Amino acid sequence: MDIEKFIVEFADQYDEIETDGFGPDTKFKENEEWSSMTALSVIAMVDDSYSVRLTGDDVRKSSTIQEVYDIVASRINS
Amino acid sequence: MAFLDIRNVVIKGVAACVPKAIEENIDIINIPASDLEKLIKNTGVQRRHIIAPGTCTSDLCFAAAEKLIADLKWDKSEIEGLIFVSQTPDYILPATSCILQNRLGISTECLTLDISLGCSGFVYGLSTIAGYMQSGAIKKALLLTGDTSSMTCSSEDKSSYPLFGDAGTALALEYADGDGGIKFHLGTDGAGFESIIIKDGGYRNQTTQSSLDRNTVSEGISRNNLELALDGMDVFSFGISKAPETVKLLIEKFGLEKDSIDYFYFHQANLMMNERIRKKLQLPEEKAPLSLKDFGNTSSASIPLTMVTQTAMELKNGKNSIVACGFGVGLSWATMQCNTENLVIPDLLYYG
Repeated sequence: MDIEKFIVEFADQYDEIETDGFGPDTKFKENEEWSSMTALSVIAMVDDSYSVRLTGDDVRKSSTIQEVYDIVASRINS
Repeated sequence: MAFLDIRNVVIKGVAACVPKAIEENIDIINIPASDLEKLIKNTGVQRRHIIAPGTCTSDLCFAAAEKLIADLKWDKSEIEGLIFVSQTPDYILPATSCILQNRLGISTECLTLDISLGCSGFVYGLSTIAGYMQSGAIKKALLLTGDTSSMTCSSEDKSSYPLFGDAGTALALEYADGDGGIKFHLGTDGAGFESIIIKDGGYRNQTTQSSLDRNTVSEGISRNNLELALDGMDVFSFGISKAPETVKLLIEKFGLEKDSIDYFYFHQANLMMNERIRKKLQLPEEKAPLSLKDFGNTSSASIPLTMVTQTAMELKNGKNSIVACGFGVGLSWATMQCNTENLVIPDLLYYG
């Protein structure tokens, strides 16, 4: 699994805000666009690209893209 | 894995009943209008049929069953099995199926059973009643499913209230020696039991004064512990992975030809979820009918309600191979495939 690719895929779930500066430490909820619908899009992306099931708690407890990446990576390997 | 291949049972007819009263989602007062528009677009639910307090799921199922029995010209004395699937029963006890046996005027020589399941309940209930029937001891039976979820949701909870509608349905089954049969895949993941839950009012957390305290969970989500709590992210994640998986497993296990299946009836969860499931399975839109727009998510009634409101003409005339897949509260999921021929389907009934 590649963090750079994951960041691009993560950023794709936003339609309105500028995501060029997104990196591992980006706090993905701290912007105007983040909503429960963006959350569902991220969950769907993770399901599509990695066949991993993110829970509501996974999303609620994460604040950076790196944290979500780590959860996904740990489930792919398990 | 829980695969079942039940023989000698056929579906003869299906009926559905909804409350006459309609609530338009755009008119909901406790949720900001801008949120509502987005919700309607993403969930696909424009309006829902809503029951009046004092009316129960069993009233809707009763009306559906009476009409179906009449249209089938069944002799009620021949009905020997009745299963009621619901999470909105008449009473804590006794079981609502007992009350329905008497109310429908069915013989006392009839087995009855309540099953407490929601979204997966129609297919689970079908597997149970078909299992009872397959040896031929019972020739005619009814499966009644539905919920009045509008009564369990807080009107100040945008995560649940605009989604759920009320409906009750009836399905008629007959023993058919050497003919027919229904194939199933059934599963459970109780690790997700809190994803859809009413926390108080059972015996783990009995009703107390604090059960009625209103808690604001987040903006636009306020409810008490006797009302439904839905973790939308959990359920979405579960639905988009599990529903395609269980359908694929059933198809593979029994060597079914996907293209030869005429209709895939999915539990009507919400449009975003149902569309992803359909696309993952690469099904054309016309093979996965939706009733969400006018009825919302109707729990264990959603599959038969979709059959009645979207495909009655096709199911009434000729042969069809159908798949039905329910997934949700539990967490629980179930998929079935069977063939139908010239089903008896009364027009949608309206209650009240």
